[in-house]
Amino acid sequence: MPYTYNTPAQQEEMLQAIGAESVDQLFDLIPDSIKLDRPLNIPPALGELELTSHMQELARRNTDITENTCFLGAGSYDHFIPAVVDTLTARGEFYTSYTPYQPEVSQGNLQVMFEYQTLICQLTGMDVSNASLYDGGSAAVEAMLMAISITRRNSKIIVVESVHPEYRQIIKTYFATIGTEVVTVSDTSQLESALDETTAAVLVQSPNFFGNIEDIPTVAEQVHEAGALLVCSVDPISLGLLKRPGDAGVDIVVAEGQSLGTPLLYGGPYLGIMACREEFVRRLPGRLAGQTVDQNGKRCWVLTLQTREQHIRREKATSNICTNQGLFALRAAIYLSVMGPTGMRDVANLCLQKAHYAQQQLTKLDRFDPICDQPFFKEFVIRDKQNDIAGLLEKAEDFHLLAGVNLGKWYPQLEDCLLVAVTEKRTIHEIDQLVEVLGS
Amino acid sequence: MNTEELLYCDTHEWVFVSEEDGQKIATVGISAFAVEQLTDLVFMELPSVGTAVTAGDEFGEVESVKAVSPLYSPVTGQVTMVNEGLPDNLDILNTDPYNAGWIMKVAVSEDLPKNLLDHAAYQRQCGEAS
Amino acid sequence: MRNQHSTQLIFELSTTGRSGVVLPQCDVPTQDVEQLVPASLLQDKYPSLPEVTEPEVIRHFTNLSTLNMSVDTHFYPLGSCTMKYNPKRNERIAGWDGFAQLHPYQSESSLQGMLQLLSELQQMLGEISGLPAVSLQPAAGAHGELAALMVASAFFKQRGENRTKVLAPDSAHGTNPASARMAGFDSVTIRSQADGRVDLEHLKENLGDETAVFMITNPSTLGLFDDQVQLIADLVHEVGGLIYLDGANMNAILGVTRPGDFGADMMHYNPHKTFSGPHGGGGPGAGPICVTETLRPYLPSPTVSFCDESQAYYLDEGSEESIGRVRSFFGNVGVLVRAYCYIRTHGPDGLKRVSETAVLNANYLLSRVKEFLDIPHGDRCMHEFVASAAPLKEATGLKQPAMDIAKRLLDYGFHPPTVYFPLTVPEGLMMEPTETESKQTLDAFADTLKTIVQETAEILHNAPHTAIIHRPDEVMAARQPIVKWTETAD
Repeated sequence: MPYTYNTPAQQEEMLQAIGAESVDQLFDLIPDSIKLDRPLNIPPALGELELTSHMQELARRNTDITENTCFLGAGSYDHFIPAVVDTLTARGEFYTSYTPYQPEVSQGNLQVMFEYQTLICQLTGMDVSNASLYDGGSAAVEAMLMAISITRRNSKIIVVESVHPEYRQIIKTYFATIGTEVVTVSDTSQLESALDETTAAVLVQSPNFFGNIEDIPTVAEQVHEAGALLVCSVDPISLGLLKRPGDAGVDIVVAEGQSLGTPLLYGGPYLGIMACREEFVRRLPGRLAGQTVDQNGKRCWVLTLQTREQHIRREKATSNICTNQGLFALRAAIYLSVMGPTGMRDVANLCLQKAHYAQQQLTKLDRFDPICDQPFFKEFVIRDKQNDIAGLLEKAEDFHLLAGVNLGKWYPQLEDCLLVAVTEKRTIHEIDQLVEVLGS
Repeated sequence: MNTEELLYCDTHEWVFVSEEDGQKIATVGISAFAVEQLTDLVFMELPSVGTAVTAGDEFGEVESVKAVSPLYSPVTGQVTMVNEGLPDNLDILNTDPYNAGWIMKVAVSEDLPKNLLDHAAYQRQCGEAS
Repeated sequence: MRNQHSTQLIFELSTTGRSGVVLPQCDVPTQDVEQLVPASLLQDKYPSLPEVTEPEVIRHFTNLSTLNMSVDTHFYPLGSCTMKYNPKRNERIAGWDGFAQLHPYQSESSLQGMLQLLSELQQMLGEISGLPAVSLQPAAGAHGELAALMVASAFFKQRGENRTKVLAPDSAHGTNPASARMAGFDSVTIRSQADGRVDLEHLKENLGDETAVFMITNPSTLGLFDDQVQLIADLVHEVGGLIYLDGANMNAILGVTRPGDFGADMMHYNPHKTFSGPHGGGGPGAGPICVTETLRPYLPSPTVSFCDESQAYYLDEGSEESIGRVRSFFGNVGVLVRAYCYIRTHGPDGLKRVSETAVLNANYLLSRVKEFLDIPHGDRCMHEFVASAAPLKEATGLKQPAMDIAKRLLDYGFHPPTVYFPLTVPEGLMMEPTETESKQTLDAFADTLKTIVQETAEILHNAPHTAIIHRPDEVMAARQPIVKWTETAD
């Protein structure tokens, strides 16, 4: 037993103090008929040495992106993570602590939450941010539920098809059990005709799933005219360059925060970001750190507006969320702090320039066409005239290139299309190699 | 307001009915006992003017740091006025819950419910609870 | 000794012109940004983020970390949270490139090690729960509850049954009724008896054709195993309803009894409790759910399956009846990798010893604490118990003795137990020592509590005396919420 302390002698002492004859007796209340009469059928225990060997064997059967050049995106990106993020989040005082229920001994975590909330507002131009949700997808659905609660319009929401397909799937799942209709439109040009006074909110993504930047100010105008709310899912890395959602008329911003200092992790844990206008703060789901003073007038932080949350409001809570993504909000806070305004501008610019270079070089090849001429940020779609994406990807893998994501998975009409992401990590040599291999 | 002339819900709201131009108007608030039980109030949600309310149903909420308490309407009718300044000055409920601490006025459309308590009956109920 | 300068807000440490990183020059031919993106979609000015150097960031956050209590530094008997030791070998392994540097959309053939791990974890979680069909997708316990209730909803819908009610005991965690509502159900509260077990009469009164699910935590939030559980399951099943087990307290019964064996149809795990996932200052967690074979088709997709033909693991999108997704990508994989390591480290005997030790430690602590605090639900418990400080009200005149005791414990270097939960015990202190604590620590804690309850009302009410802050004003924080720093603020 690797982590417990009690020696047999101590165990005896404890049983005596309890007044029980054996440890088994402590389980007497459980009827024999439901007690397991055999050991659990799981593999026998491994010491640290054996565990490490076993896990190395499993790890070896994965090809990770340090062995490949990654042009995969679609919501999860290979961005550079400064060493300080890992160093600081490896501190036991951060990762083995829990929710700050006792503020006097959690000022570290509470101050981090407050700083994170502020940094997100600075990045997005919004008034208020929560302390994190699970991921970008569940943040999107929570935002739509929040909008319904605010507008008291529970019959209809609109989602644009260029929002991440998995986010739309999550919305479909959540909304299946409540009476609200989910209307999907193919792109933002279809919004005006779909909007009416029964619409609670519209969900758009910018840059969208295909990498294209949407005209959010115009969309915002249309949405507000119908008395609905605009929910926009953004790429936090793009906010070093692109117009901030708070300045573009967005009411609730959500995002996947993985790009802000978290590795790929095969999809999780990630970071759900949500920020909104001041007037909606009491409907915001998730934890909130608030500033106050103590009895001596000293500035300090506490969890606040807890009456929004499930542990108090129970079935009337805005959301059922309890545990959030505290450690990953810390990662984002450290990342944003060490990057600063110039770092964020530089990263965004590098992504923009490199993606455009890659797109131009690839579409120069006979084989590939762009699919539209909308402006894009760090991802773009190319159409394969030979309609053999699978073959392309296989060939690229032989050269240790992960060339892109096949869109046919989610959009049948785009089965001959590839979504390519280019971050600041991709060098001109890597891009040129991609072009060469795909072109050959 | 003379507390002895008010009627009370067993959920601690008080009501005073007057007449204006032939229309019964109910002024609604919460009792000093309720305010004491709730301890530090931090937020109150008022209904909008024009909302229909039903006797016995929730019309709003009041929050302390660690609890949320629904407010139940003593009467059926339509909200004609709300005390807009109250949510920003919740301490008024501690000092003057029966006058400056009024919450809403309702144009009454139905007879008052039979189960409203008079002052003596309400005092007895609070006494039992303590 | 404390560094008060570096623990100011990072925004207050900011100085214009400083920066923390230097990024490479652009190596591709650069183009004018306004040629690539219309000016109306660009920002006018840089984000107003703080400007600090790398050493400043390190000093700032390192100092902040020292202001926290944590499992690595303190005894943390927070009931219902299972604050056990977080093994470092799991941290190291989960951080390897071979697990951490995998893109969710890379080819399955390049992920066979990860898929095997997840498949084996599915199997082990199924075996431990006695419910064979497993989804690893939900991101937290509450998320798992919600997913399971959606599974139930889909199940009944398919059978054409209109069931609208989810029942839960009054001692249930707040996430239970909240999840029920989010899944489209009405939530009904069932009373507990004085001894903490479910009031069967009240349950029977509320069972009927509209009953969808009864959510039970067993052992309960009072740390008691409700031996009526099979009877409850029978009653609910008789009316065609399902039993959901909130698995937050699995640490008490690993290898001893299994939810699937005592009548549960669905359950969730909290790997960040039972399987030693670190709590991270408030997450991340994970919320895998296990259900019966009957309910398998409705599970969120994808899960991991093995193809005998190709001898490879693959992502199984499941059947048409799946409720779909509750989270993007596969799930909180990092947490699951740690849970896998933990279960493999312990094996069948180890897991059973975990529960036996957790229960022994809790009973021992109870036997010490009952000398001076009220234990309303008797002399025995499972892995946690609830003490009541209510008798102190009269003795000391304190209005909230549980709060005061909790604050005083901070002075003695202990994280307090959970206070004021469940709501059914007045002035409650819920203590869960876990199995990774020694008898010496338990004795030290009990001795300290004994000292505290004999201290004067003044000392208690003004506690903590040695913490860096003292009784923050939560009323002000709620009345005038300040949830971010602004430049003009002092």
